[in-house]
Amino acid sequence: MARIIVVTSGKGGVGKTTTSAAIAMGLAKKGHKTAVIDFDVGLRNLDLIMGCERRVVYDFVNVINGEASLNQALIRDKNCNLLYILPASQTRDKDALSQEGVGKILEDLSKDFKYIVCDSPAGIEKGAHLAMYFADDAFVVTNPEVSSVRDSDRMLGILASKSRRAEQNQEPIREYLLLSRYSPDRVKLGEMLSVDDVQEILSLHLLGVIPESKSVLNASNSGIPVILDEKSDAGQAYVDIVARYLGEDKPHRFIDGKKGLFAKLFGGR
Amino acid sequence: MSLLDYFRISKASSASLAKERLQILVAHERSSRNQPSYLPELQKELLEVIRKYVNVGQEAISVNFEQDDNQETLELNIVLPDYHAKTP
Repeated sequence: MARIIVVTSGKGGVGKTTTSAAIAMGLAKKGHKTAVIDFDVGLRNLDLIMGCERRVVYDFVNVINGEASLNQALIRDKNCNLLYILPASQTRDKDALSQEGVGKILEDLSKDFKYIVCDSPAGIEKGAHLAMYFADDAFVVTNPEVSSVRDSDRMLGILASKSRRAEQNQEPIREYLLLSRYSPDRVKLGEMLSVDDVQEILSLHLLGVIPESKSVLNASNSGIPVILDEKSDAGQAYVDIVARYLGEDKPHRFIDGKKGLFAKLFGGR
Repeated sequence: MSLLDYFRISKASSASLAKERLQILVAHERSSRNQPSYLPELQKELLEVIRKYVNVGQEAISVNFEQDDNQETLELNIVLPDYHAKTP
């Protein structure tokens, strides 16, 4: 049985797709066969972040409609042969995804994969609902910013009441906080909510802090998940996050923003 | 701590303002989220019943749902007008 992870946030632009690509790659690199699914029907982008946009032949909706098999639609990642991508459809039909269809695909994938990462679209519409409905774990990606924190809290309410686990009175979805685009320097100046502030408001278990980093744009420019940029701070943050999720004890980094003289002089990436 | 830091701290930081606003907002939104879904309908029907006897406005009735560890309380508060005018 696979473990189903939803990467969600409510708000758009906080780093859901970046995070989905990074943690899916991280889990696969750790030797776990992983599938990552783009639930953003109509606004497919995970393929671009993963650098496989030119290899998309069939998509999620084709599989649901029986126009292609799961094996035909899954794209094997070029950097890691344990990682597969299921791209979203570009259809404008909002009802292209059905709960039964999604459930069936996840069930089929569960037989063969260890982890299934569901990249949720922004908002609380159907795509976002279906991305989280079957989840076992939720990675709530939040920026240290008022609208993002509020939307994350809203999303937590939905995870707790509208998911399959909630409806069937099973053990609730495990929720984790991933605080992204964090600037320790701005926190010190009192210009940005701190990790503690956000944790206090959301009362969530912190899986990791991803610092604001130039490497994220560089990675998406080149279509390589940022976790593979091992020299970058954001890449390392995701490596830590995957390790912590898998139960390793890794102390938190990137919260204080302490930099050595060398890094100050030459500017860490 | 440098002299500059003193100036920064003397102003209320925007981050603490953000935290304060969020705490109030989130607490409010959570309390309404946990309310049972029948509450608005209940409030509407109660108002209709009470209006058969007493002429009160919408704002005269408040229905509050509270939840703590071991019990749920439904509190109904009706403010009666100064003289009880029966509706025909």
